[in-house]
Amino acid sequence: MITAVRKSIEEIIACVSPYDRILLVGCNECVSVCSVGGRKEVALLSSALHMHFLKQGKTMDIREMTLERQCDPEYVEELVNYMDGADAVLSMACGCGVQTIAARYREKPVFPAVNTTFMGASERQGVWSERCQGCGDCVLGITGGICPIARCSKRLMNGPCGGSTKGKCEIDANIDCAWQLIWDRLKALGLEKRIEDIMEAKDWRTSRDGGPRTITREDLAS
Amino acid sequence: MTDAFEPEIVAFCCHYCAYTAADMAGSKRISYPPNVKIIRVPCTGKVDAIHIMRAFEKGADGVYVAGCLEGDCHFKTGNIRAAHRVRRVQALLEEIGMEGGRVEMITMSAGMGERFAQTAREFTEKIRALGPSPIRDAIRQSGRRAAG
Repeated sequence: MITAVRKSIEEIIACVSPYDRILLVGCNECVSVCSVGGRKEVALLSSALHMHFLKQGKTMDIREMTLERQCDPEYVEELVNYMDGADAVLSMACGCGVQTIAARYREKPVFPAVNTTFMGASERQGVWSERCQGCGDCVLGITGGICPIARCSKRLMNGPCGGSTKGKCEIDANIDCAWQLIWDRLKALGLEKRIEDIMEAKDWRTSRDGGPRTITREDLAS
Repeated sequence: MTDAFEPEIVAFCCHYCAYTAADMAGSKRISYPPNVKIIRVPCTGKVDAIHIMRAFEKGADGVYVAGCLEGDCHFKTGNIRAAHRVRRVQALLEEIGMEGGRVEMITMSAGMGERFAQTAREFTEKIRALGPSPIRDAIRQSGRRAAG
């Protein structure tokens, strides 16, 4: 999922304080799963903002909406009847959702209430870790299911480096060395010989280095 | 003459322990301040952060969540979850410039009628010392503006 963390209330207040009517829009997808921008978080932020402005002697009109998927124009269209009643939009979705709203409702200022952080997986309740950087050319099939790009601090394709100590990365003793994990996993699979295969320089054009990416499925695109 | 401040306190009490303790206080004729308004919940794990926030939004001066003693939750970990949520609300209140101490997590067993009453007294006094919630004042003033 795409993970995010809420911005400070102070930063959010600075964005919305010039306005009187706010449309606060959450998303039922990734940000809902990582407990930052779903219906519950929308209600909490709305309540906190409402109280903050009430203390300032201002009654802020905040309408709460949580869309099924904010990165999809089909769902963002559902906001059309509420836009006239709003001076600005505050989005609790990831950057994709914020931009989908901004593209559809060009006349309204849109502010992000969260910082989109990474593509990650849930380790346990309340803990998410980075697992994918969307490089566009997946190597998990040859690295034992552990990504050296997302999980090695240096993104080494042929590791480990000299900073690997007792299975931990030199940048932080709490971070596992991805290449130690890869080695352990390959060994468990009986594929340890694979560690000696040299991976050639990666073609990063499939990643962000090739500029903003688009996927077009001819069988689906109209 | 100014009105004497009487705190409005909302207590979310779990059915199995704190609410029963309140009952016990009643049976034993132990009095506690009428400032405390009890909302019975099946488990404190049912109390979400938004329930606490809504209480403040509607003008409560203080809120406490009263559950079972740690390790004794009827639903195993409901009280632990509630304690985490209370901490989250404390942080959120502080972010908007309110005292985090206006919300608290309290635990007790079903037989602790005296503790229930004592807790109600102590929390009421704590909130009395903090003074009225700024939201309560703001609601009153916005009501006056609307009427005027």
